[in-house]
Amino acid sequence: MRVGVVTFPGTLDDRDAARAVRLAGGEPVALWHGDDDLRGVDAVVLPGGFSYGDYLRCGAISRFAPVMTSLVPAAQGGLPVLGICNGFQILCESHLLPGALTRNGSLHFVCRDQRLRIENTGTAWTRDFVSGQEIVIPLKNGEGCFVADDATLDEIEREGRVIARYLDVNPNGSRRDIAGISNARGNVVGLMPHPEHAVDPLTGPTADGLPFFTSVLTALVDAS
Amino acid sequence: MTDTVQHAIDDPDHPQPYAELGLKPDEYARIREILGRRPTSSELAMYSVMWSEHCSYKSSKVHLRQFGEKKPETAALMVGIGENAGVVDIGDGWAVTFKVESHNHPSYVEPYQGAATGVGGIVRDIMSMGARPIAVMDPLRFGPLDAPDTKRVLPGVIAGVGGYGNCLGLPNIGGEVVFDETYLGNPLVNALCIGAMRHEDLHLASASGVGNLVVLYGARTGGDGIGGVSVLASETFDADGPAKRPSVQVGDPFMEKLLIEATLEVLHSGLVEGIQDLGGAGISCATSELASNGEGGMHVWLDRVLLRDASLSPEEILMSESQERMCAIVRPENLDAFMSLCRRWDVEAVVIGEVTDSGRLTVDWHGERIVDVPPRTVAHEGPVYERPYHRPSWQDALQAATPDTLPRPSTPDALRATLLDLVGAPNLASKSWVTSQYDRYVLGNTVLAQPEDSGMVRVDEVTGRGVAVSTDCNGRFAKLDPYAGAQLALAESYRNVAATGAEPLAVTNCLNFGSPEDPEVMWQFAEAARGLADGCLELGIPVTGGNVSFYNQTGDVAILPTPVVGVLGVIDNVERRTPMAWGSDGGVLYLLGDTRDEFGGSEWAHHVHRHLGGLPPRVDLPRERALGEVLISGSRSGLLAAAHDVSDGGVGQALVEMALRADSGARISIPVGVDPFVLLFSESAGRAVVVVAQGDEARLAEICTEQGLPMARIGDAMPQERTLQFDGLFAVSIDELRTVHEATLPAVLDA
Repeated sequence: MRVGVVTFPGTLDDRDAARAVRLAGGEPVALWHGDDDLRGVDAVVLPGGFSYGDYLRCGAISRFAPVMTSLVPAAQGGLPVLGICNGFQILCESHLLPGALTRNGSLHFVCRDQRLRIENTGTAWTRDFVSGQEIVIPLKNGEGCFVADDATLDEIEREGRVIARYLDVNPNGSRRDIAGISNARGNVVGLMPHPEHAVDPLTGPTADGLPFFTSVLTALVDAS
Repeated sequence: MTDTVQHAIDDPDHPQPYAELGLKPDEYARIREILGRRPTSSELAMYSVMWSEHCSYKSSKVHLRQFGEKKPETAALMVGIGENAGVVDIGDGWAVTFKVESHNHPSYVEPYQGAATGVGGIVRDIMSMGARPIAVMDPLRFGPLDAPDTKRVLPGVIAGVGGYGNCLGLPNIGGEVVFDETYLGNPLVNALCIGAMRHEDLHLASASGVGNLVVLYGARTGGDGIGGVSVLASETFDADGPAKRPSVQVGDPFMEKLLIEATLEVLHSGLVEGIQDLGGAGISCATSELASNGEGGMHVWLDRVLLRDASLSPEEILMSESQERMCAIVRPENLDAFMSLCRRWDVEAVVIGEVTDSGRLTVDWHGERIVDVPPRTVAHEGPVYERPYHRPSWQDALQAATPDTLPRPSTPDALRATLLDLVGAPNLASKSWVTSQYDRYVLGNTVLAQPEDSGMVRVDEVTGRGVAVSTDCNGRFAKLDPYAGAQLALAESYRNVAATGAEPLAVTNCLNFGSPEDPEVMWQFAEAARGLADGCLELGIPVTGGNVSFYNQTGDVAILPTPVVGVLGVIDNVERRTPMAWGSDGGVLYLLGDTRDEFGGSEWAHHVHRHLGGLPPRVDLPRERALGEVLISGSRSGLLAAAHDVSDGGVGQALVEMALRADSGARISIPVGVDPFVLLFSESAGRAVVVVAQGDEARLAEICTEQGLPMARIGDAMPQERTLQFDGLFAVSIDELRTVHEATLPAVLDA
């Protein structure tokens, strides 16, 4: 299974995402922001970082990148896409996911080992978890406060599209402790914390992040 | 009108503002002597920035020579002092380079940008050796936590370090945060970067090959930072001096990220003959250094430099310290490929000159010659001062004012209260308010990060080979005895690296002092440099580079002498690193080393009594080496379940830090006949607390005996319990310790 990892000029976690794909048993494929060729991949990860510097609203420019002109229709057609941190911001800016990520409530960048509860195991990226499973993975962001209007929040709650929620501490002021959401079809997932940094207890707090990457491989096998 | 070489010849007596540019009359006279005429205004600009204290090390050079003269024999050193950063062989064809630099004055003036560009500068230094930056660390010092100005400076510095480093994608794996009133008007913002490369990728800053091209790439040149080096970094802040504020540089971390990627690609594609970063003194520094390290000649068309502000004069362009710029020497046949890689990363590049064999650095501005100098006289043959120095008149009185008469806690309740008081003291309290603003995970190779004894990163994912780095300095010890204080900083850093199981290999330093024009400050500096050089020889690890920061003083009051020492160690497999705290299996706790009644410069004397006097703890470097052997061999053999350095705050603080990291309790028995106060709070050097599994005591005893290292059983880890208990004295719950330890910084900084 070939999983594309997109590199924007300011992407930082692409190596980590590629490593996570490899450890999960997939083949990482490098995708370049300036290239609209998805190289026939079976799924795509939009990793964390600062895509084009993000001096403007995070992800606001990336949305117009050549790679996104191919990725958006592919995602609408069912291609599994996981956006982590800056990737989540880009998915919101691209309207593949509702809501927006704003400045943390604390106004500080925050890096911490974050406990989460997996709320929906029906998506392409969470099916290897057990419903209600609690995990600890790193969180690191300056603009990770998920916001949406109440009607939208009610809708995604009703449809079970909140895929993970913060436990113990809400680190950035996200509405309803939301750490990650999916689209209605469950193939597109945005997540603020970083599962790619939790694939080996040697370098991460746990290996709790690995199931995100094995999930998509299982989903692809089932679909084929 | 542009001041050309011809003008300088035609109008030899034209008055020049050399004093305003920071040059002394004799220095100006020497420039005239070198050139055989008055300098042009552009030449004056170049000499003034390059001969500033910050760039020329004119006051420190005669002392820094010891680092080379007393260099221990080691096979590990690939590149020593003098290049942008030293390079150390860590085995398997891997090399690492690391260096620490100061950005103190800019960070006081404009905390966010000062700190941010400090990180950016050191990262470019590492890149210019051909290495990929893999981690950063920041030793920081501020005025008292509760001082109003600290609340201005500290949050800005932390946000700047984080904002820049996080955006570059470099994990921040350690450093220090220290508070002392002498830093109130002179915060210290030191930045360290570590880079890794294969041996064959090593590059040096030299312009070789006549006809090769000089390419300036990265950000455009603007008006920021003009005079920053010579004016900001080299003169003390005077209450009634001129306002020098606009000259702090402004950073663009996204551009730096592009510059890293583009630089590594052109280096690895073999497109570069020589490379140099642009930091202090900008184009003046890069061209004169590249030329003097190469064939000896270079010609520059200065009007080709891409500008952010078209109105800049040639003098300003030469002096500008605009960030995120690099200079490469490229063969003409490789230029197209070089330019194409820069375009891929959206990095602007332009040929500004070529290598010549003229032996001169010549610069033209729209067809007119404005600079014609021997490059070595700019870059390497600046003034050297034998500054007068003498032992301060107050040194004897300071050393005589021992802490021996300070009232000590004697009852169990008083000991308990003292422990908690120190656990919450600003210097010993949790620094997570700071470190949680830094990304420690990016790149996925961070094995240990703060609050562990050293930061450790994996270099080779296949073999697990990695490096550990720690930075340390207790400026109070250095004030009491600068020679011993520098050695204690070295010893602590060495110990912290060994505690994680890594073998210390090399040293970098950032020597932060007051004004070198004060003979008493100069004595502190001379003593610290001598102590550090002697210490490195004794421990067998060479100094590979570093930085000196003078003029850290307000009025007559200098900062505590602060020779920050960074030690780098190698570990063949990071899987065997020793953590600082016990795990769920618990174990038996041993204190290694001797505890003496040593409180001079201690945190207890400082925090509880506001006292500074007496002598610092005794230095015993052979003992440090023996302890290091035990810590390293104990890691190799898998004997040590945990190890933690004993330093600031003593054994009490070390045990608290271990318990908090383990999030579980321990039962401590103070050996019979030992004064509990001394055992808990003395800061004797050469000690560590280690944890071994039950049944492994004999193995530990064996290696300690071999090294002549005293060991004493001091208790047991209790992984199922939530209390740190001192038998017969007192107990404190983990929750209470955590509350006290973690409340201090937020209580002030979030208020």
